[in-house]
Amino acid sequence: MSVAAQILDAIAGIVGPRWVRRQRAELETYASDGLPTLHARPGAVVLPGHRDEVIRVVRVLAHHSVPFVARGAGTGLSGGALGESDTVVIALTRLSRILSIDPINRRAVVEPGVVNARLSQATAQYGLHYAPDPSSQTACTIGGNVAENAGGPHCLKYGVTTNHTLELEVVLPSGEVVRLGSPNGDQWGPDLVGLFVGSEGMFGIATEITVRLVPTPRAVCTLLAAFGSIRAAGEAVSAIIAAGIVPAALEMMDQNCIKAVESSIYRAGYPTDAAAVLLVELDGETATAVDEESAIVGDMLRTRGARSVKTAHEQADRDRLWQGRKKAFGALGRLGPDLVVQDAVVPRSALPDVLDDISRIGARYGLTVSNVFHAGDGNLHPNITFDRTDPEQRARVERASGEIMETCIAAGGTITGEHGVGSDKLRYMSSIFDAETLGAMRAVRRVFDPEERSNPGKVIPVHACREWSGAIRYDRGRTVAIETA
Amino acid sequence: MAHRELTAARLRAILGAGTRVGTAPDGVPRAVPESADACALVLRTATQEQWRVRIEGGARWSPPDAPADLVLTTAGLRRVTDVSATDLVATAEAGVPWSTLRRRLADHGAWVAHDLPGDERTLGSAVVTGTAGPLRAGFGALRDHILGITLVTGDGRIVQTGGRVVKNVAGYDLAKLMAGSFGAFGVVTSLHLRLRAVPRADMTLTATGTRDHLLDAAHAVLAAGRTPAAMELLSPRAGGTGSAGQWMLAVRMLGMESEVAAQRDAITQNAGLPFTPHGGADAADLWRRLLSGTGDDEVTLRLATLPEGLADALDLVAHHLDETVDDWISVTVPSGQIRWSGAAGAEDIALLRRNAAEREVPLTIERAPWPVRKRLGHFGAYRAGVGRLVDQLRRSFDPGRVLTVAVGAEQ
Ligand SMILES: Cc1cc2nc3c(=O)[nH]c(=O)nc-3n(C[C@H](O)[C@H](O)[C@H](O)COP(=O)(O)OP(=O)(O)OC[C@H]3O[C@@H](n4cnc5c(N)ncnc54)[C@H](O)[C@@H]3O)c2cc1C
Repeated sequence: MSVAAQILDAIAGIVGPRWVRRQRAELETYASDGLPTLHARPGAVVLPGHRDEVIRVVRVLAHHSVPFVARGAGTGLSGGALGESDTVVIALTRLSRILSIDPINRRAVVEPGVVNARLSQATAQYGLHYAPDPSSQTACTIGGNVAENAGGPHCLKYGVTTNHTLELEVVLPSGEVVRLGSPNGDQWGPDLVGLFVGSEGMFGIATEITVRLVPTPRAVCTLLAAFGSIRAAGEAVSAIIAAGIVPAALEMMDQNCIKAVESSIYRAGYPTDAAAVLLVELDGETATAVDEESAIVGDMLRTRGARSVKTAHEQADRDRLWQGRKKAFGALGRLGPDLVVQDAVVPRSALPDVLDDISRIGARYGLTVSNVFHAGDGNLHPNITFDRTDPEQRARVERASGEIMETCIAAGGTITGEHGVGSDKLRYMSSIFDAETLGAMRAVRRVFDPEERSNPGKVIPVHACREWSGAIRYDRGRTVAIETA
Repeated sequence: MAHRELTAARLRAILGAGTRVGTAPDGVPRAVPESADACALVLRTATQEQWRVRIEGGARWSPPDAPADLVLTTAGLRRVTDVSATDLVATAEAGVPWSTLRRRLADHGAWVAHDLPGDERTLGSAVVTGTAGPLRAGFGALRDHILGITLVTGDGRIVQTGGRVVKNVAGYDLAKLMAGSFGAFGVVTSLHLRLRAVPRADMTLTATGTRDHLLDAAHAVLAAGRTPAAMELLSPRAGGTGSAGQWMLAVRMLGMESEVAAQRDAITQNAGLPFTPHGGADAADLWRRLLSGTGDDEVTLRLATLPEGLADALDLVAHHLDETVDDWISVTVPSGQIRWSGAAGAEDIALLRRNAAEREVPLTIERAPWPVRKRLGHFGAYRAGVGRLVDQLRRSFDPGRVLTVAVGAEQ
């Protein structure tokens, strides 16, 4: 199936012909996101330049019942922004204006295509920043962050996207426009902003986003601790958190990752003979206070077996330590042609055991698994490098990934901490949610999108849902029927 | 209306031995289920029989006065199932009193970084009303501490969303929808909560003065880029200052000793107020008094505005509800929340709500007698298009419309 030419012509009449992509080669750019294992070429790509154009495009698509997928920067790691050939991708990268910054009330209003890092750059002059800082922040968009409920290293102390989203303008799949939340963040009703954040583009398109800004800390200190075993590093993580210390960030990298970083252009001076390093960031009111805190943390790290602890105060030194962490995925990408990254979360105390299990699984399948992750949250990112042109290797990666996921679920964890379910983790959804709960999610989705046209096929494994008697249903005659029990 | 009048005896016969049955003070039969499954049976049956159901927690905060054929109380759900001090996660049932939970967690050196107006309220009551106290400034609303929720829907389905880990984006975030929903979608039976280790240092500063002088001082603290754990502006009655016109500003700092000391110095300088420091039992007493002071009031309202709009919103409140000069008002300055408690009629609240809405300020009725709730709704008017979404969500979760919760205003 493809999208009818006359529909695309109507859309070209709204956005201008140069902003509608229909050629195979052009569409290829949009056929994947940050995850190399999935590929789907959409029927067309539209790049509206203004929210009004988004609304009009969505209305045309609604009129013709054409499915669509919103897309930000396409850095997603779950195949969320992919659409099949009957689908129109609505790319929001041209909606990239920061509409207002309100330093007194600490908030900003942005269009969805604003790149995450650009917002913090723009607010720096007021001593404020936008706290959620995914490692992809120089590329990914706030719209994509809202859809995925993105996290980042500093979310340990400051919270993830949902904790910073106050108000949304949303174009529903029908073309109707609603405003959710309020300037303050509290609502005239149940928390529909909280519900929308993390809905992975399946409830409509966010066209305007109000976010909270956070004062930039006055004093910051970054510690790098090297450990002889992953287990010891994992135990140090639990010890720090349990002592009532809330670091701004607490990240871990294992030896494979350290070596990859140190042999890349992103070299950060990590000791390559360490089994693991922890990156601990502390921030606060004054340098003296932060120094005292870092002395306490340094002692704890050493007591828990750190071989060495390096402390960086100066911005340049801290940036260097962070560069290795933030560019770790890039560095790992050099280990092989392709890279898959998982995103399970386990209880912090289970980290040492789970990491042992993961390394055993990797060894059993003859695969290189590298770990770089948000240790303070227990949010793992096992990376497997491979060659996707080798079907036998691909099959091994698939099986190993499945086993890693099972291990994390068995440890009381979940399948995704920040990258989303998308298409990639659909198959795991029924291992953590029962049919009733999946049915509830689907029923909620149908309140926003009765035809299930917005980002179809993602997140909810439809076959595994129990039907909800009260759910909104769509039938061929285009009426929305509500059945009651 | 119910097909046939429901009596406690009939209810007992239907529910079997698994669920205790009694009678509420207003004579309505009351089921006391002790598990999510038992709640599901009650609500499934209610949907089949078209009984209207009132859900009650401790009945210590909201008046248990909604008309119903059946009361479902969470009094049978009182277990703190699990506390993990290493993972800083707890699981508790909805009927657990907040004070019990707090004590249990303290035994493990942990706490939920949230404080709660009212005495002896249940965890479920806190969650569904979305109530927050002064700590909202530093730690967010209760929804920000919830990792997972088990909900039994109006038609008796058990939905388990979220999980027991501190970060989770698997599936839609239905827990957010439940928190602050006033029970419109079902009965919350248990929760996974995010804990924090009890901070090493805890210090409070207070000062008294006129409302606007203190508000200016609080704004100066914010403008200097500081966010204490709490910065609450209190009316003379709420602050117990003992003299009309004298408000109180109470600032609380939590964290490591060195950090708290640094914050104290900085905030004292920014605010330019002659603060009195409080520590230990003295400070704990002060905050407890602030939180339990509204116990006997009939109506509690909350307004949500921008920090900059607080003076204007407070004027608006005074203008519409000024018959009782001695109002109980508590203002969370950093996040722009105003909580008002006292006695107020539906007319006055409606007018205040309308004027507030014009300023983009939502007014939520946290509690009020049933006739007021029924007429005005907890939330009242929605923005365009939102009412339909809320209605359809309710229909999905409570297709038989058995739950007597007044979310929106009467048409
Ligand atoms: C190197 C690398 C590092 C990463 N590190 C992190 C990390 O630390 N933390 C983290 O959370 N993620 C991380 N990610 C994943 C990714 O960057 C995030 O998921 C990000 O939020 C995606 O934003 P995007 O603009 O690229 O969205 P896209 O990938 O284009 O889209 C993602 C989803 O959002 C939907 N969407 C996009 N815009 C809108 C809108 N306006 N309205 C409704 N739906 C919309 C799409 O339909 C899709 O489902 C990383 C990715 C890479 C490649």
